[in-house]
Amino acid sequence: MTTLPPWAERPSRVGGLLKGLLLTIIVASVLFPIYMVVLTSLSTQEAVTASGGLVIKPSGLSLAAYRELFAGGVVTRSVGVSLGVTLVGTAISLSVTVLAAYGLSRPGSLLHRPLLFLVLLTFLFGPGLIPNYLLVSSLGLIDTYWSLILPGAVTAFNLVVMRAFFMNIPEEVSDSARIDGASEFAILRKIVLPMSKGVTAVIGLFYAVGYWNSFFNAVLYLNDNAKWPLQVVLRQYVLQGQALIVGQSGVGTVPGQSLPPSLAIQMAIVVVALLPILFVYPFVQRHLTKGVIIGAIKG
Amino acid sequence: MLRNDTKTGPAGDLTSPAGTGTSKDVRKRGPRTRRTRPQPLRSRLKRDWQLLLMAFPAVGLLIVFHYVPLLGNVIAFQDYSPYVGVAESPWVGFTNFQWLMFDDSFWDATLNTLAITTFQLIFYFPVPIMLAVLLDSVVRPRLRLFIQGIVYMPHFFSWVLVVTLFQQMFGGAGLLSQTLRDNGYDGVDLMTNPDTFIALVTAETIWKDAGWGTIIFLAALAAINQNLYEAAAVDGASRWRRLWHITLPGLRPVIVLLLILRLGEALNVGFEQFFLQRDAVGRDAAEVLDTFVYWRTLLTGEWSYGAAAGLVKGLVGLILILVANKVAHRFGEQGIYKRS
Repeated sequence: MTTLPPWAERPSRVGGLLKGLLLTIIVASVLFPIYMVVLTSLSTQEAVTASGGLVIKPSGLSLAAYRELFAGGVVTRSVGVSLGVTLVGTAISLSVTVLAAYGLSRPGSLLHRPLLFLVLLTFLFGPGLIPNYLLVSSLGLIDTYWSLILPGAVTAFNLVVMRAFFMNIPEEVSDSARIDGASEFAILRKIVLPMSKGVTAVIGLFYAVGYWNSFFNAVLYLNDNAKWPLQVVLRQYVLQGQALIVGQSGVGTVPGQSLPPSLAIQMAIVVVALLPILFVYPFVQRHLTKGVIIGAIKG
Repeated sequence: MLRNDTKTGPAGDLTSPAGTGTSKDVRKRGPRTRRTRPQPLRSRLKRDWQLLLMAFPAVGLLIVFHYVPLLGNVIAFQDYSPYVGVAESPWVGFTNFQWLMFDDSFWDATLNTLAITTFQLIFYFPVPIMLAVLLDSVVRPRLRLFIQGIVYMPHFFSWVLVVTLFQQMFGGAGLLSQTLRDNGYDGVDLMTNPDTFIALVTAETIWKDAGWGTIIFLAALAAINQNLYEAAAVDGASRWRRLWHITLPGLRPVIVLLLILRLGEALNVGFEQFFLQRDAVGRDAAEVLDTFVYWRTLLTGEWSYGAAAGLVKGLVGLILILVANKVAHRFGEQGIYKRS
């Protein structure tokens, strides 16, 4: 079924074909690399050797790479670290952001303007690499998981998006509850939040993805490689395992790892890094556009 | 609008500034007069204390991790040593900045940064616009949603992942080399070639973020009055003429705004992407300002020097953003808060 308006001319056959081809190429450029990576990670050693690199046509399938990865050791531990940091970090970030977005959603309330200004001003400048490092180290957070969570726990953009959404909720809805003597916390929990599931999911996704993908903070603040999150492991064993990057950046080598891992195992690490995003994404996708557009327009 | 303002300027100069000034003063003084102040404050506190309490954790975190670190910039004026600490390190005034001005590697990094910004402005910036127009022309809603879902996705992949995927495609042992070799050609390694590095990072950026970048343009496209298209079509305007005379003018405000904001961010090309590839490609092509600061400080231990470079970059960046924002306002746009 098409919804082409009556005044529009039917697309020419060549034009339509070209458009279809272009769209197919675009979609394939995203999906094809992912397909090959997943397939290679699931292939037997023989199948990988036979193809001379990434596997395109499935031949021998096996779960050996994953079994090896999750038999314990560096990757297993780093998945645990990444999951933990993501869960704890997202919980902290989301609750702090929701609270502040609501707290700053009523113009004219006490200190509303200066506090909002303080939040918005962070759009203008980042704290800078060195000063940030000095602060984190003087707080004693080096080599703790808090160094991956606290410095980026609040993103002004997310706060502003959320606040814009809360401000769109008609005042009358909460007013009646307020007259009945409900506290602001109760109003937020029982009225405002249930009306904002979509935007909460999107902001939660933004934070969770940020934590899951967090890489450089770990390189910067974690000297102890037993604490490495998955992204650092990914870089070490997949990017550097092939000696693409020969230098090192303050990260040591891992004891007990003598050989560079096989391609199937490398690709399995990539899949493990990819999987949570592929898994959560469809649930949040339908809210995505809405949340971002509100942020862009109202912010 | 601009023209009008300047034209009426001379006449308005005498009356309006003074007029608006006083009216503002009166309005400001109203609620803030000394006599009335304590009473409202107390009742406002009583009314709003819960809201303040709610805002406190986030604002506190921002102060600690965004504002307090600014103080750390003082080490740019010192000869800082981590073993001695900020309080005991000797002050050296602007020495670090003077050194910086004569440091070729600093200027190389600056030039690289600007070259990459320029290249991406030409080859990345138009891509989301074209992609948005293309997506907008897909009439079947479900198909469109599907394609949108696919092209947004790489935005959520980490840079480590994106660089890894590109390495698997275009690296020395990647798919491209493999295919070439299978057909009797020599393999190529695009991941370590300094000459093509700028195109490589742009391709990576396009793959990761062009889809996501369409969102704002799709919103602008949806806001264009559909009657315009119908009227134009009835008048005999072809598909391309409609694109040129209706679609592009409709997108113009957003394009101008994003262009200006991008110029304000000219010194930021993204850190992790370059950090990950700098060693494979070499400093000459891949050193940008952010990586310069990182390597000079945390690896060679020249803390004060790196901090000075970071401070210069931050200040120039701040000026650029403020100027860009001024220009955006000139164009009648909202400016800085509109960033995604």
